[in-house]
Amino acid sequence: MTDLQLTLNIWRQRSSSESGKFESYEVDNLNTHMSFLEMLDVLNENLVEENKEPVAFDHDCREGICGMCSMVINGRPHGPMKGTTTCQLHMRHFKNGDTITIEPWRAKAFPVVKDLVVDRSSFDRIIQSGGYVSVNTGSAPDGNAIPIPKSIAEEAFDAAACIGCGACVASCKNASASLFVSAKISQLSLLPQGQPEKNERVKKMVAQMDEEGFGHCTNTGACQAECPKEISVDYIRKMNVDYNLSNIKG
Amino acid sequence: MNNYFTSTIFRKILAALSGLFLTFFLLGHLAGNLQLFISGVEGQTQFNKYALFMTTNPVVKLLSILTYASILLHVVLTLYLAFKSRQARPIGYAVSSGNSNSSWSSNNMAILGTFLLLFIIVHMRSFWYEMHFGEMPYQYLDDGTKIKDLYLITTSAFNNPLYTLFYILSMIALALHLKHGVGSAVQTIGLKLPNYEKPLKYIAESVALIIPATFASIPIYLYIKNL
Amino acid sequence: MILDSKVPEGPLESKWTNYKSSVPLVSPANKRRIEVIVVGTGLAGASAAASMAEMGYKVKSFCFQDSPRRAHSIAAQGGINAAKNYQNDGDSVYRLFYDTIKGGDYRSREANVYRLAEVSASIIDQCVAQGVPFAREYGGTLDNRSFGGVQVSRTFYARGQTGQQLLLGAYSALSRQISKGNITMYNRHEMVDIVKIDGKARGVIVRNLLTGEFSRHFGHAVVLATGGYGNVYYLSTNAMGSNVTAAWKAYKQGAAFSNPCFTQIHPTCIPVSGDYQSKLTLMSESLRNDGRIWVPKNKGDNRKPSQIPEDERDYYLERRYPAFGNLVPRDVASRAAKERCDEGFGVGDTGLAVYLDFEDAIKRLGKETVSARYGNLFAMYDKITGDDPYTTPMRIFPAVHYTMGGLWVDYDLMTTVPGLYAIGECNFSDHGANRLGASALMQGLADGYFVLPYTIGKYLSEDIRTEPMDTAHEAFDTAEKKALERTKILLQNNGSRSVESFHRDLGKIVWDYCGMSRNQKSLNEAILSIQSLREEFWKHVKVPGDDKTYNPELDKAGRVADFFELGELMMRDALEREESCGGHFREEYQTQEGEALRDDENYTFASTWEFKGIDKPPTLHKEDLNFETVAPTQRSYK
Ligand SMILES: Cc1cc2nc3c(=O)[nH]c(=O)nc-3n(C[C@H](O)[C@H](O)[C@H](O)COP(=O)(O)OP(=O)(O)OC[C@H]3O[C@@H](n4cnc5c(N)ncnc54)[C@H](O)[C@@H]3O)c2cc1C
Ligand code: HEM
Ligand code: SF4
Ligand code: FES
Repeated sequence: MTDLQLTLNIWRQRSSSESGKFESYEVDNLNTHMSFLEMLDVLNENLVEENKEPVAFDHDCREGICGMCSMVINGRPHGPMKGTTTCQLHMRHFKNGDTITIEPWRAKAFPVVKDLVVDRSSFDRIIQSGGYVSVNTGSAPDGNAIPIPKSIAEEAFDAAACIGCGACVASCKNASASLFVSAKISQLSLLPQGQPEKNERVKKMVAQMDEEGFGHCTNTGACQAECPKEISVDYIRKMNVDYNLSNIKG
Repeated sequence: MNNYFTSTIFRKILAALSGLFLTFFLLGHLAGNLQLFISGVEGQTQFNKYALFMTTNPVVKLLSILTYASILLHVVLTLYLAFKSRQARPIGYAVSSGNSNSSWSSNNMAILGTFLLLFIIVHMRSFWYEMHFGEMPYQYLDDGTKIKDLYLITTSAFNNPLYTLFYILSMIALALHLKHGVGSAVQTIGLKLPNYEKPLKYIAESVALIIPATFASIPIYLYIKNL
Repeated sequence: MILDSKVPEGPLESKWTNYKSSVPLVSPANKRRIEVIVVGTGLAGASAAASMAEMGYKVKSFCFQDSPRRAHSIAAQGGINAAKNYQNDGDSVYRLFYDTIKGGDYRSREANVYRLAEVSASIIDQCVAQGVPFAREYGGTLDNRSFGGVQVSRTFYARGQTGQQLLLGAYSALSRQISKGNITMYNRHEMVDIVKIDGKARGVIVRNLLTGEFSRHFGHAVVLATGGYGNVYYLSTNAMGSNVTAAWKAYKQGAAFSNPCFTQIHPTCIPVSGDYQSKLTLMSESLRNDGRIWVPKNKGDNRKPSQIPEDERDYYLERRYPAFGNLVPRDVASRAAKERCDEGFGVGDTGLAVYLDFEDAIKRLGKETVSARYGNLFAMYDKITGDDPYTTPMRIFPAVHYTMGGLWVDYDLMTTVPGLYAIGECNFSDHGANRLGASALMQGLADGYFVLPYTIGKYLSEDIRTEPMDTAHEAFDTAEKKALERTKILLQNNGSRSVESFHRDLGKIVWDYCGMSRNQKSLNEAILSIQSLREEFWKHVKVPGDDKTYNPELDKAGRVADFFELGELMMRDALEREESCGGHFREEYQTQEGEALRDDENYTFASTWEFKGIDKPPTLHKEDLNFETVAPTQRSYK
């Protein structure tokens, strides 16, 4: 365990209606075993002691699965490590004396709520527009009634692994939500259970995505590179095909 | 609820199709230009005859209209989308490390494209405009007929080092634009199937390199020849 | 207070069927006029809200996260049990029922557990239909794994992310109903009190965490699905926001609380590495299939594990339990690790860890096989600790994982407050003194999809004439004032210590005295320590910021304040139960070999506590548990 001293440049913004700015903090009682969020916990306890308001940031599971944590660390959503959420990032990847700039996700469809916290309810609304199979409780056939080839189940799972964190939007130069949206569409359109609503679903979800004010996809691949679950951009390709076919069919 | 035609995906498809069409156009255009490598009167004659054919044949006319339309569509759509995407992030990042997760060319398509637009205008002014509306010199053929001497216009244009340099730079821009563009368009229209990803990438990158490189080799050749 | 479990008459196997066919129904026209509040959007809450909305009720849902999809259920890894018998290995509803009763060390209610086993199969069908990508065989049928000591393979799983996939399924059903206007969803809203009118639960007061505003919501019935309270220990495998507040407010409004001291401590977690640590991470139990657990034979042996020769290692589980070795049940493995560390044999910087070693497994099976089995877990361990388990043993230590205790509910899942229901981990119902692996997900979804939507009809059918009440009612007024008052006090306290530091201290007390082993003397002491720490909290806590913008410190302060009161009740409960059973180990009650000693004669009941006032001891009520179908036996793993 090595001691660490850092300079943190953090975006502070009291609420969505006020403007924000960067504040700089020196933190020295740190060590390399801490997770990135524990490092911020230390900063926050220092701030409380100094009678200042702590830095607000979203987090819950701290295991890389709930998708709540969300910060851009030195220009990279969830920081420098591949396939890692902010909560799983550890301080051993930083050096003593480093300056770290921490910003919230930036997108029109993710307005800042406070400091590093943003409002991602646009994602919920996209799911509400059609990210489900319409099956009422109790009306399901036996789980083994429809066999699903293992490879299809695995491919659907790869898409379903999305944690809805929004790093794809944050990393995309167009603030496009295509990776998130296409992952959900593909999960359901790959599985037999998702077939009946396949066409309607993709139309509605794409329409909602556009309406929320996300940008369009220019295939830079930044989303896939920054996605903590390494979701493949191939789902975007699939979404494009599904979307066009569903519209051509009418 | 049908907003297909106003959806980002549809617009994106059109941008991709027009971009791909322009890429094919470039291939054809390139084939014509290669005739400039033939030297002497023989080359001059062949090139000028080709130019005449290209400006008069009705099928080619139709194709050229399609090309203009594609350029227009491509420019309008891509710039509109780029503008909309800028709006999707009203406040930018203080620290940006875009190039650690994506290629430089993919992040600068609009700048590259705008440069290409500038090139297209200059290029059209020098050759297309001259050919159609300018005071063209004539080549007198053996059979006594005369045709517009685009060959002379072209070869003399590349006597100018600045003009040649501009052309070469534009081809570099084109190479970068196509480096991302071709692969991206294939992905957009849904053909970048995972199983073929490697060969497709290979083809796309070759196209992106070969077209502009061959284009650029002509003025270099002409310039050096005229030294 | 009378504890009437309302278990239907008749033989065990037909209770639920008979109940369903005779329970009064609410007509579709009436359903549309009935409003139900569901607090919580985990597996239990989301499935209940969606199912009730599909049936036609008007539902309001609340969660404190920014999206219902992020409820703590998302973090469950291993799997979900169901008596499908797809593997043709002799599984049945009865067997699942029996395993759950036995696993719970005979401290749960037979009828509820039987019903749980009965509906388990439908859960899988429902989830598959929603598009949950369960693991499959090459032939396309569903795959199963075996889990935690049972003799059949009945656990369905989706890689190591079963909870996530199940929750996303329930969330999609919830989302569908939101889009249809049948559910109104309130994200980032915390329930701060229950409103009772004429003795019945009639609504809730919630605080908008972003704006600090309080709002009032009426419901013909209120359902709590607010999860477990493991965070009373400060460090646990639970998500940071998991809390007891909602259940606690219910308790203080008259809902009895059962078995608060029954906590599950999971043996294989990544140990604490320093006092900055904020939470603990679970490493799957499956690791014990091939890993060997040991500590050095010599105290304070600081050598690298690879330099400690074989004969200076103590494989203490293999030594103490030759029959089961490293595969003893969770509670036994946890206690044995604690015993070694208490004696000073622990390893690592803190001395609170033991080795889980794969050296032999790699020698025996080859690195490839080991990697195929545990590769993702090894990678996760590496990510967190920076150590490579292929070359150096993992360090593990037990950690708080699940709380079996919770709000007392009857067969209908109704608490002792009429119209107030509790489902999922926040009730006490099905797991007795110890929960089997992969059974919490099953219980949450059983409650939400298949039990509550029926049983709530029984209560609501008598309530169809009740018009929606005006939330200007004085009961709402009083509750809101009380909540507002508390926020004010916290913000104006102007103390000197952070909420976090109090929580850490409280957690340490609860862990030390009501953790893996408990005894009378220290429990008595702990009650006093908690009381004085609680006083100190109200005097000296410092909550910066205001209540007009998002203020996580304020939210945390409210939750920690409730943990203090809960911690005290846990001590009382542990003190009162003079036996050892499941996760509850009283040092005074053990066999000569140091194993748990149950007292069926005197303690076959659910300890159920009634709130009597903040400075008055609660009253204990006993719900006697009648084992009509299975006869309790003693467990042995020697
Ligand atoms: C690391 C880990 C792994 C696990 N693995 C397994 C496994 O493999 N198999 C298994 O069966 N079980 C497992 N469990 C246990 C299981 O995950 C939980 O018991 C179960 O998911 C609880 O579900 P729930 O719906 O009751 O509550 P939760 O999912 O905890 O949901 C609680 C909900 O209540 C809301 N809430 C809480 N308080 C308030 C309030 N005051 N106001 C408003 N909303 C509130 C929250 O926002 C949330 O939506 C695991 C647990 C952990 C910690
Ligand atoms: C000969 C000329 C050109 C060719 C062959 C060409 C080709 C392409 C191709 C194939 C694409 C990829 C489309 C996709 O991603 O689906 C593309 C994208 C783009 N082009 Fe062009 N282009 C040319 C000229 C221009 C011009 C003149 C401009 C602008 C002024 C321009 C601006 C853009 C932009 C901004 C994009 C990215 C748009 C997006 O991905 O959404 N291009 N181009
Ligand atoms: S696709 Fe990846 S980056 Fe985007 S929301 Fe899902 S997990 Fe996050
Ligand atoms: S806090 Fe849950 S993913 Fe990071």
